[in-house]
Amino acid sequence: MYTCVHRRPRVLSRFIPLLLALAMPTLFCSAEELPPFSPPAGFAVGALAARGHFVQRDGANLYRAICQGCHMPDARGASGAGMYPALSANPKLASAAFPVLTLLQGRRGMPAFGDSLSDEQVAEVVNYVRTNFDNHFADSVTPADVARLRAASP
Amino acid sequence: MAEHASDTSISRRELLRRIGQSAGAAMLYQSMSALGFAGESTYHGPVELAGAPRGASVLVLGAGMAGLVAALELQRAGYKVTVLEYNQRAGGRAWTLRGGDEYTELGGFRQRCEFDKGLYFNPGPWRIPYHHHAMLDYASRFKVPLEPFTQVNFNAYVHSHSAFGGKPQRFRHIHADFHGHVAELLGKAVNRGHLDSEVSTQDKEKLLEALRTFGFLDKEHRYRKSEFASATRGFDQDPGGGLASRAEYSEPLALGELVQSGLWQSLRPSFAYDLAPALFQPVGGMDRIPMAIYREVAPHVQFDAKVVGIDQDDRGVTVTHVDARRGGAPRTDRADWCVCTIPLSILSQIPVKVGAAMSAAIQSVPYESSVKIGLQFKRRFWEQDERIYGGISYTDLPIGMIGYPMDRQNTHGKGVLLGSYTWGTNAYEFTALTPEQRVRAAVEFGAQIHPQYPAEFENGVAVAWHRVPFSNGCFAKWSDTVREKHYENLCQIDGRIVLAGEHASRLPAWQEGAVLSALDAIGRLHQRAVAAHVEPA
Repeated sequence: MYTCVHRRPRVLSRFIPLLLALAMPTLFCSAEELPPFSPPAGFAVGALAARGHFVQRDGANLYRAICQGCHMPDARGASGAGMYPALSANPKLASAAFPVLTLLQGRRGMPAFGDSLSDEQVAEVVNYVRTNFDNHFADSVTPADVARLRAASP
Repeated sequence: MAEHASDTSISRRELLRRIGQSAGAAMLYQSMSALGFAGESTYHGPVELAGAPRGASVLVLGAGMAGLVAALELQRAGYKVTVLEYNQRAGGRAWTLRGGDEYTELGGFRQRCEFDKGLYFNPGPWRIPYHHHAMLDYASRFKVPLEPFTQVNFNAYVHSHSAFGGKPQRFRHIHADFHGHVAELLGKAVNRGHLDSEVSTQDKEKLLEALRTFGFLDKEHRYRKSEFASATRGFDQDPGGGLASRAEYSEPLALGELVQSGLWQSLRPSFAYDLAPALFQPVGGMDRIPMAIYREVAPHVQFDAKVVGIDQDDRGVTVTHVDARRGGAPRTDRADWCVCTIPLSILSQIPVKVGAAMSAAIQSVPYESSVKIGLQFKRRFWEQDERIYGGISYTDLPIGMIGYPMDRQNTHGKGVLLGSYTWGTNAYEFTALTPEQRVRAAVEFGAQIHPQYPAEFENGVAVAWHRVPFSNGCFAKWSDTVREKHYENLCQIDGRIVLAGEHASRLPAWQEGAVLSALDAIGRLHQRAVAAHVEPA
């Protein structure tokens, strides 16, 4: 289900039956080799989107709204002319500061998300990735940790 | 040549040619400005690089607009050119999808475009402003027919889910009412003497007159339901013929609601230099331009070549590549020089033997997110029901906008809309969906603007640029600080390697940037090649 943050719930309720009524007979995706299905995590609407803010709050939905675009729903990354690194079973995540700083500042072609995500959101999604996709790191990051790294980074 | 022209009737073009020959490029440019020719673009007409050193060779990496232009012009100058391209087609991001095309994005999500014959969708660039002289010149030189691209359509919609009860408003209403109300307010301020310290008595009268004209105000300087306001925003009932001919004036939107709606934001494109009329599109799809250039260099283009290493020494450049589809043993090509147009999002992952400054620049530029979705409908309801012929409707829903086809207008039959074009937050959210989910979401959101969507929709394709296997993103997202630090280092010739592409331009995302960057790069490379040849060891 596509969910939005609306000031007017009326619009949202008008919009759900349309989705259910829609048939999509002609477009296909190949059945084989597809990453597991992952439900959409919703959209930021209006001013929130215009300011570049994401509305998803918890780690799983933040991952599904942002990270899986490149790192894929199964976090195994992808390869074409270049590649996107796998986040699954990734020893580079051992130090939580590494993914936190990568999110805040970006890395090479990857854009920065420091202005689009709050300290809470960064902590949520980093904790989610470090405890899912064959990652089993016991320590977790707090919003205060993120704030400290944010303040210390250029 | 103007053999038949006397000195007094010499053509401007011939005069410029003579000035150019005798006084050099700087003088030529000055003269062009004086004659009203230049001032906008740094493009000064077809590049002339005659006199390549005998046997000199160049490897061009990438067959998008930058690579094709570099290969074409270097070949014309006498260089032996080899082009390596990852895709199985030329054009790069200047790309068109048509019925029958298949496209597999990163992650293995495959789409087949089901559009009817003759219908198409440009997932990348789709418009060429009049001041993009280089693009227009290449289209003209290669006889690629262009047609007008309507950016601003006064009868298209502007829409906010939270304004006017979610009901789309006509652009002309927002445009007219915003100008009208502002003109009336300013007129009041002038009349009441609030601006006396800023405006002289002499200017005051002229200004009031101008505001009346500008805002379509009535004789009392009011913007209200009247023949004046209806002359700009339109009528409730248009004037007609015969007995059923009386016009009904329309009621302007209230100032408060208009300002609160935020819809004035959608007026911006009508004032922006990049989007001001006239704009153009190639008839039949944006890839018509790269395809025309490709035909000139085709024998020297190798597809399916995935570059995995770029090495150089003081005598030449060696590029290692593998078959992008079948893999297998790496192969190498070697040439005296290299023009590399691989996007930095990809190049930053490839070992490239260049100095620290260029290397740091290559590693420093993030790539913007963007999504475009093409939707085919059974009938052109936006024309038939709503009288929207071309142009764009803007919305604050996650689809961002709806673009209407510029071709086949006022005909029966099907049509393809641009169902979404977004950047930033919403582009990430769309990218994270499967292609099928993206199309479904675009139909669903679009139905809030055009209720005909669900009944008329047939099929769609969705291109999310961060999932595009050959670019890992849409375009180089330079910040001012990164540009300040790295841009010049990125554009320098490093030994025998020079970079080109929209990322090596100050017109990011535009094809014009890619072409101007390529022309600048090969001009400097040619100078260096000629100089290197003059002083043999």
